[in-house]
Amino acid sequence: MNHTDYNFAYLDEQTKRMIRRAILKGVAVPGYQVPFASREMPMPYGWGTGGVQVTAACLVPEDVLKVIDQGADDTTNAVSIRKFFEKTAQVAVTEKTLEATIIQTRHRIPETALTEDQILVYQVPIPEPLRFLEPSEVETRKMHALEEYGLMHVKLYEDIARHGAIATAYAYPVKVEGRYVMDPSPIPKFDNPKLESPALQLFGAGREQRIYAVPPFTQVVSLDFDDHPFDPSKAPHPCALCGADDSYLDEVITDDAGGRMFVCSDTDFCAGRREDAP
Amino acid sequence: MNQTHLEGGFADPARDGARAFRAALQAMARPGRIETVAGLVPPAPCSPAAAALIVTLCDPTTPLYLAPSHDGGALRDWIVFHTGAPLVAAEAATFALGTWAALQPVARFAIGTPAYPDRSATLIVERDVLSNDGAILRGPGIADHARLSLPELAAFRDNRRCFPLGFDCYFTCGDRLAGLPRSTRVEG
Repeated sequence: MNHTDYNFAYLDEQTKRMIRRAILKGVAVPGYQVPFASREMPMPYGWGTGGVQVTAACLVPEDVLKVIDQGADDTTNAVSIRKFFEKTAQVAVTEKTLEATIIQTRHRIPETALTEDQILVYQVPIPEPLRFLEPSEVETRKMHALEEYGLMHVKLYEDIARHGAIATAYAYPVKVEGRYVMDPSPIPKFDNPKLESPALQLFGAGREQRIYAVPPFTQVVSLDFDDHPFDPSKAPHPCALCGADDSYLDEVITDDAGGRMFVCSDTDFCAGRREDAP
Repeated sequence: MNQTHLEGGFADPARDGARAFRAALQAMARPGRIETVAGLVPPAPCSPAAAALIVTLCDPTTPLYLAPSHDGGALRDWIVFHTGAPLVAAEAATFALGTWAALQPVARFAIGTPAYPDRSATLIVERDVLSNDGAILRGPGIADHARLSLPELAAFRDNRRCFPLGFDCYFTCGDRLAGLPRSTRVEG
């Protein structure tokens, strides 16, 4: 099929209007999950249909799009979404964080600091931070309305009682602008401090039909206790390829004899450091 | 049949609409930032910026209230043709268009419910001037503070006090627009 058979950025205009209204209400109420009529997309749920719909609603022809999956530009999910928008919106694409105007991400925030001119779109599997504590949507909605987040603190406390530390390592809950507790999507807790950013951050959950947002410079606090403060930990190694000791690392098994190496999860950051090295 | 209300829309609806939304998104995400949108020629007294918001965001599922300042025959026909939005009373509106004086009292607009704060009105307020002076804005989307010429302070302070409930505003002047979400704290 020829790409001209699609509307710009795939979705029809009526659908985009509905998504755009949800995004604006999400921006106006930071951290609140706005319900939206998520559409069937030409990819399965769990492959970033929420993020794709948010990106499609925000894209302009002049955009430069970057897509990452766990920090990498060259994994299946990232490549297929990037190709999808090249085909349906004819936008320029890049792997360089600094060149991108919209970055769609699965489970990482780029290491390179984002700027005011960028929008970061997250793919979210389960948007409700209280869902594994309270399965009922009626109840969790009531808890958000009443700002009743004691259950989340009990969960973190039980972590400490059982393991001696808060064991949550990813999708670490945050409180946005002192009001809503929000799931930052399954980013490693190492990335949580980067949620306070000059860039606009939008979150799309396709299967769960929710959109939410963190506007630029919004206060985002990772939940913790005075005697167990939040710790954005990472593997205690430098990157085996570029030597960075301040980036989030993937552990890669290299042989059958227990050999392994730690490398940057952000492929653009790692490649850029190796290019710059003498 | 009157021809004029059929004209004046976007030349390239998908791409022009995308650019208009991007301007609206940046304005709402960064209160105090003034964005420019062009491409629409609505009937008077509607500004091109206000028309861009309506055409980009309104459709048959979004009841629209036209305040007396903007409730003219030509504009009604134009909006109905280009959006299909039902024109309703203020209390039932998802969007409202008018001058600040004509939109009063703003307390009648929907502010959402504790369970669904998104079910609130968005006011499109036509202004004679729109500039980065006057009231001081602080809150989400603003690095330290921003300035914006607001029609008054008290109504926006009252609105912020309802947070997370409240209405959200766009201010439009010619082809320029600025946003003021309910989350913004307004100082004199």
